[in-house]
Amino acid sequence: MDRYDALIVGTGHGGAQAGLALRQNGFEGTIAMVGRDKEPPYERPPLSKEYLAREKAFERILIRPASFWEDKQVDLVLGSEVVAVDADARTVSLKDGRELGYGELIWSAGGSPRKLTCAGADLASVHAVRDKADVDAIMAELDNGAKRAVVIGGGYIGLEAAAVLRKLGCRVVLLEALDRVLARVAGEELSRFFEAEHRRQGVDVRLNTLVACIEGDGNKATGVKLADGEVIDCDIVIVGIGIVPAIDQLAAAGADAPNGVTVDEYCRTSLPNVHAIGDVALHANSFADGAMIRLESVQNANDMANTAAKDICGSPEPYAATPWFWSNQYDLKLQTVGLSIGHDQTVLRGDPATGGFSVVYLKGGRVIALDCVNAVKDYVQCRKLVEARAEIAAEMLADAETPLKQLMPI
Amino acid sequence: MNTITVTMRSGDEVDLAFKPGLSLMEAIRDAGIDEVLALCGGCCSCATCHVHIDQEFADKLPPMSEDEDDLLDSSDHRDQTSRLSCQIPLSEELEGMRVRIAEED
Repeated sequence: MDRYDALIVGTGHGGAQAGLALRQNGFEGTIAMVGRDKEPPYERPPLSKEYLAREKAFERILIRPASFWEDKQVDLVLGSEVVAVDADARTVSLKDGRELGYGELIWSAGGSPRKLTCAGADLASVHAVRDKADVDAIMAELDNGAKRAVVIGGGYIGLEAAAVLRKLGCRVVLLEALDRVLARVAGEELSRFFEAEHRRQGVDVRLNTLVACIEGDGNKATGVKLADGEVIDCDIVIVGIGIVPAIDQLAAAGADAPNGVTVDEYCRTSLPNVHAIGDVALHANSFADGAMIRLESVQNANDMANTAAKDICGSPEPYAATPWFWSNQYDLKLQTVGLSIGHDQTVLRGDPATGGFSVVYLKGGRVIALDCVNAVKDYVQCRKLVEARAEIAAEMLADAETPLKQLMPI
Repeated sequence: MNTITVTMRSGDEVDLAFKPGLSLMEAIRDAGIDEVLALCGGCCSCATCHVHIDQEFADKLPPMSEDEDDLLDSSDHRDQTSRLSCQIPLSEELEGMRVRIAEED
């Protein structure tokens, strides 16, 4: 049995940064990274944007070239999945039956795309957007003439995919079960703005719309049947309804893992020598008033990787990174700072009809987050306000002529 | 192959070969230099690929967009030589350019 001093499970942003950060922090032991994916670590955000649009070839979205991992002596165990963890013996079992031993385990396994539970969900032309293989399959269908797309889910993944598919000339119908898009992550102003922009770009956005099943001919999807009986003809279905965090293996090993793996401020799980980072890590986030949350973002994966690596290397620093996020759709650049969870007031800054604008989220009169659309100045300048939870009057925030940095209370 | 010289935070210098067509950020990343994070992958949405560029080459670089200018303002280490490396397409004209990785924010 091979044994590694540090074993990283997952080759996404968190796993890659964990390997990198262990070496940067002086970790001299052996390191391996095990990934379900067959490819070395690559960036995930471009999958629903530049990669799908074929504006960037795969080599350009590798987080580091393959040779980098060799140079840093990080072994890549690709196309392999950890199916069980034995925290007492400090071993993991792989799907192919092999076992690997570890000194420290960093669980950065992300999650699997949530699947529809209705009939037809397993048809070949029903796709998720999570890894390269998913998007390669979508591109192959487009090459084969797929023109009529139905996107199920109005979150970031669904909206980004819809934007690219429109750009590629597809007819796009987007179905959202709730009464607005981005309902889970943004305020109503932002939702309505993105709905309007997608409609202006030719997407048929349908809210409050439930899917009954996917109809097919053989293995091909031919239509999406709605709860009201209407059938939307299609060649391809893209499903973006969130992820199911990969926590079962750690839960079976005895870790506290209700909806995510519970970690402390150093990303330590309840199991000895096991850290968890990124999408799977259920942590108390100070930007959410200490609520236990999971955060699915590159920022969180990257910064938690640094936290875990520092802890393993003997210089622990509590996780306190400011959340930030971005999404690009058409020529809209959305940038977010902070977490809007629990806001009780929103303030619109600037005019969505004429150009850049921001939505400021307040809780108890204090700034907790901003969504900035084509408003990079606000994005840069609001960070200090969010970090300070600055108390600023709504009418001052609404005045787009006054730079945010001038509003910082002294 | 053309080359540029990159000075790391430690002061060490690395000569790296580049193919025109990629961005400076991609060339630095592909050379195995791990000091540049480039978290947004080069879409000008963060400021984690900040570098300082030899003034001699300033007029050979594309002008700075307003977005890049605003993002650079998030760094405490911005000066007149600052650029986001993802916004610099590499061309033969930049042969011999000297670049310094910006201090960590």
